[in-house]
Amino acid sequence: MSDQITFVLNGEIEVARDVPPTTTLLNYLRRAKRLTGTKEACAEGDCGACTVVVGELDGEAVRYRAVNACIQLVPMLEGRAVVTVEHLARPDGGLHPCQQAIVDCHGSQCGFCTPGFVMSLYALYLTGVKPDRQRIGDVLAGNLCRCTGYGPIVSAAETMYDLPRPHWDEARRGRDLSLLKEIRRQGTLSFEYRGQRWFSPTDVEELARLRTAHRDAVIVAGATDVGLWVTKQRRRLASIIDIGRVAALREIVATGTTLEIGAGAAYSDAEGIIARHFPDFAELIRRLGALQVRNVGTIGGNIANGSPIADAPPALIALGARLVLRRGIARRTMPLEDFFIAYGNQDRAPDEFVERIDVPLLDDPTRLKCYKLSKRFDQDISAVCGCFNVRVADGKAVEARICFGGMAETPKRARTVESALVGQPWTEATVERVIPALERDYAPISDHRGSAAYRMQAAKNLLRRYHLETRSQTPALRLAGRAAAFG
Amino acid sequence: MSKTAITGGAHAAFSHDSAVKHVTGEALYTDDIPEPPGTLQVHIAMSERAHASIARVDLTKVRNQPGVVAVLTARDVPGKNDVSPLKGDDPVFADGLVEYFGQSLFAVAAETIDQARAAAKLALVEYRDRPAILTVDQAMEAMSLLEAPVTLRRGDPAAAIAAAPHKLEGRFYVGAQEHFYLEGQAALAIPGEDRDVLIFCSSQHPSEIQHKVADVLGVPNHAVTVEVRRMGGAFGGKESQGNLPAAVAALAARMTGRPAKVCYDRDDDMTITGKRHDFRIDYRVGFDAAGRILGLELDHAIRCGMSFDLSQPVADRAMFHIDNCYYLPAARVTSYRCKTHTQSNTAFRGFGGPQGMIGIERAIDEIAHVLGQDPLAVRRANFYAHKRTAPSTERRVTHYNMVVEDCIIQDIVDELVASSDYAERRAAIREWNARSPVLKRGIALTPVKFGISFTKTFLNQAGALIHVYTDGSIHLSHGGTEMGQGLHTKIAQVVAEEFQVDFERVKITATTTAKVPNTSATAASSGADLNGMAARAAARKIKRRLAAFLAERYQSDPESVAFLPGRIRVRDSEIAFETAIRDAYLARVPLSATGYYATPKIGWDAATGEGRPFFYFAYGAAVSEAAIDTLTGENRILRVDILHDVGKSLNPAIDLGQVEGGFVQGAGWLTMEELVWDDRGRLATHAPSTYKIPACSDRPLDMRMKLFERGENVEETIFRSKAVGEPPLMLAISAFLALSDAIASVGDYAIYPALDAPATPERILMAVERIKRATNR
Repeated sequence: MSDQITFVLNGEIEVARDVPPTTTLLNYLRRAKRLTGTKEACAEGDCGACTVVVGELDGEAVRYRAVNACIQLVPMLEGRAVVTVEHLARPDGGLHPCQQAIVDCHGSQCGFCTPGFVMSLYALYLTGVKPDRQRIGDVLAGNLCRCTGYGPIVSAAETMYDLPRPHWDEARRGRDLSLLKEIRRQGTLSFEYRGQRWFSPTDVEELARLRTAHRDAVIVAGATDVGLWVTKQRRRLASIIDIGRVAALREIVATGTTLEIGAGAAYSDAEGIIARHFPDFAELIRRLGALQVRNVGTIGGNIANGSPIADAPPALIALGARLVLRRGIARRTMPLEDFFIAYGNQDRAPDEFVERIDVPLLDDPTRLKCYKLSKRFDQDISAVCGCFNVRVADGKAVEARICFGGMAETPKRARTVESALVGQPWTEATVERVIPALERDYAPISDHRGSAAYRMQAAKNLLRRYHLETRSQTPALRLAGRAAAFG
Repeated sequence: MSKTAITGGAHAAFSHDSAVKHVTGEALYTDDIPEPPGTLQVHIAMSERAHASIARVDLTKVRNQPGVVAVLTARDVPGKNDVSPLKGDDPVFADGLVEYFGQSLFAVAAETIDQARAAAKLALVEYRDRPAILTVDQAMEAMSLLEAPVTLRRGDPAAAIAAAPHKLEGRFYVGAQEHFYLEGQAALAIPGEDRDVLIFCSSQHPSEIQHKVADVLGVPNHAVTVEVRRMGGAFGGKESQGNLPAAVAALAARMTGRPAKVCYDRDDDMTITGKRHDFRIDYRVGFDAAGRILGLELDHAIRCGMSFDLSQPVADRAMFHIDNCYYLPAARVTSYRCKTHTQSNTAFRGFGGPQGMIGIERAIDEIAHVLGQDPLAVRRANFYAHKRTAPSTERRVTHYNMVVEDCIIQDIVDELVASSDYAERRAAIREWNARSPVLKRGIALTPVKFGISFTKTFLNQAGALIHVYTDGSIHLSHGGTEMGQGLHTKIAQVVAEEFQVDFERVKITATTTAKVPNTSATAASSGADLNGMAARAAARKIKRRLAAFLAERYQSDPESVAFLPGRIRVRDSEIAFETAIRDAYLARVPLSATGYYATPKIGWDAATGEGRPFFYFAYGAAVSEAAIDTLTGENRILRVDILHDVGKSLNPAIDLGQVEGGFVQGAGWLTMEELVWDDRGRLATHAPSTYKIPACSDRPLDMRMKLFERGENVEETIFRSKAVGEPPLMLAISAFLALSDAIASVGDYAIYPALDAPATPERILMAVERIKRATNR
């Protein structure tokens, strides 16, 4: 047991005591530390004004990532290093290249979003890899600016590498490494504050034990959803188990036939290996949340919270993924689609937790296509997400897995369409013939993301698009991403 | 060696004065100001009905919650229960009746904001629902209007249309828009002696905050001081919408004797505050074979919301801008100011101008479609006469009888057509579309002519205050506020230019009602025009005194005293600026002055429809190219070429920033930004998770912007510059019509897409499907 949270804040060891476990990092910075450079503009991880950089020990190095402070809970920072906008400039006031470039390019107008942009650029700068335009768009997708139109900020991202290197900053990052080693601790962080309990185990067996002992506890990984329960729904969470420090759950292993993704792996951790095996799933992930969200949000969380509009489940179901659930020492597995029983109802006992997702590899990685439809390409929630995996042999569809999000109360396979396709020639005529069957598979609703009629029409057209994209001579059909027709 | 030039004078592409503070996080916004000890946090509780009488409110439980210090209701208001800018129809707290979902009911002041929010939830409010009118269509059906319809007319358009060789008519919906300033509404009130209150807030209109707070508290204006250093964005959304949080903070401070703060979080902000008005536009137009408009009739149905707020001048500006750049020999526009049970819509960059303008752009696009012409040809055929043409030319008079004396749209369009390869690209796109079954591209060029001046003439005045201290440093205050547009930078450049000192010598200070009184809102793009002239007047007063003093001392003529970079020349002597100032002080020359400016020539009488509402016009044009996916409605702006007239730019870097930011914000309005209310009148899209403003990658892939180099204001504005805040927003109409052009290609241009705004993927796909069905594709 420990009643204190220890992390590094702007180069100094910070010990937080007597903190409600659901205190957000943003409120801690602004209210307790009076570090007001970090701004609140949405409190839901959608605007990036609160972006800070969080470093984590990774062997003999520290890996830094941009995160939204508004939905990070302070106990999740145990053993990590936080850098805020106040800690970039040289002590004498000289600016870090990512700051200087914004000044030089006229990249700030009202300035309220600027600290967030600075921190996103800072995280990018630390990677040491000079970005192309697409990468800049991805890195900045989670930072909204209402004044500039973004051009000057993009220019800053392109030119910051041309400025002299900030040696003072390199020294500070070196200091983070030694401080992180100093405060590193094994074993569970657990504390209670006025009836609210927090556990962050580091060991999966301990997690299993805690889960059994605290059936009512909410599991949090990146808090990109649970954070909103706190900031938006203002729910009081009695017990929380944080799986973010369980190293075993963050592992991603490719066996000969299967990709095993630990439930605690962040999208950013998984993106690279997913891109190798399922390039279009990676493209879908690129458009899921924004970098600040993907840096902490997990595929496991995207499944476990049972959302009908989550983007990872349709892709994983189309791939035939299986879910591994853990209860105590027992495990069971099921096809992912069976996990989603109804809206708000998943096949998980209160003392079970999602441990892993097993995804069978494809003989042809390009067979899976994932389509996300939303009002905005980046950092938006899908109106419709359609994922298609049709195996064709000798001109005929021999196996079909098609799954949609946003079309039903859960992610759901298009079973009628699938069975109508199998055995048929993979032709436009077949596609046109089976398309009406989508109306038997789905009865979507109308909401602020789209009408039922739009969802149905778009879903039908996505099957058409899939068919077109599987034909070799088809020119690029997309308007976003690396495979876009223009750009 | 003498300096040859100052840094940061007029026309310099100088950085925003706060740029370094922005990137280091040092720039203070209202919620960042260190709170005085004991500051209370105040939460405003909101109506959960769109239209209802309030049968009973029981706040007992609220008052008894831990941390709660005061609960504020309508009965606690010592003065007037009103925060409206014009008409007295926006209660601080609802009193027996609520008229929108989100209306302020009462407020809770507590030690922490979490306590205040938690307590507010425990209120027992009994509503008796009344029928709610939520949309323009419903309001027009019920004739629910705030006032009688207003008509502006020139000639006999009905007869002209009847006699015209061609005619068409249509209906067009243009959606609302949320400001989405990154910094929410915020106010901190600190009580003082004598019932005084000092307010720090995020407002475009400190004087109005001062007046409304004084009225609410029942004290004279002199008891209230309002200070604004900067806003984290505003866009019109902080012209009147800051009144409520400031009044509530001030009232809480008065009731408790403690400092009190109101900061809306994003959801509350979007739920409480007004937005850009959505419009339903009905148009009938008669035209000849060349596409020349002979007569135009328009009906604007405008969703004002539950009260007037600024809807009258917004609706007026929409009526003034139905012509855009086009001469209308006969025209009528009738404006229906609809009362609905939704947020009271308010100022938003363009202030009705964009909605007015897009109506005629839509009509012209359709005329071109009917005639099978390039819309650009129809646009050119209808332009107002160029400023070089004879003053007697008939095609210079607007539908409100103002003579357009400065029209340069032909020059801008000609240059832009050439630099953007408009004609070649248009042909190439049509060829490409014929070969591309799924993706389609479109292109459009649209011009902008935007009237500069507040149409309420008395608002066109400004003041400034300059002190020169004995070390030669300069303290500058003016009535304008900084919301990111770089106003303070520009005004400091004006002062630096006048005194011929480096920019750094001029200290830009917070706007405060204690230094410059009775100011107008920083709005209508007028900030630099008005305050620049006022600051120059103040600087010139001090310069005249210095010149007189130096002329006397050196036995010369004041007229021959010259302000050179960093120094002053009198006869053969050159005196360093700070030396001259020191000497002037010792000689007891006053080194502080106020400056004042009132825009000349203008005067508009809304009652008679007579006079000149605008001092001048700002012009610009854009070519947008867009692509759509006909399977999904997804879309992308591929390339934008802009040529925009800012006269002789005060600061090209800042002006280009306004052009780009305005375009992208306008593109958001017309494409992805969609506000959705549910059947109960609750705003369903009240945060960035559901309301999507353009993100980084939505910026056009290829964006080429230029300021019109030959630009020079024909009127005597500050260094012959032109206003830039609002006009570029309307350049984005080109993006909307480019999308429409892409959709039209689906039916081989045989069917007009009649696309409504915003052009979301859904609207685009549905338009594509309509055309496919009609053409059997």
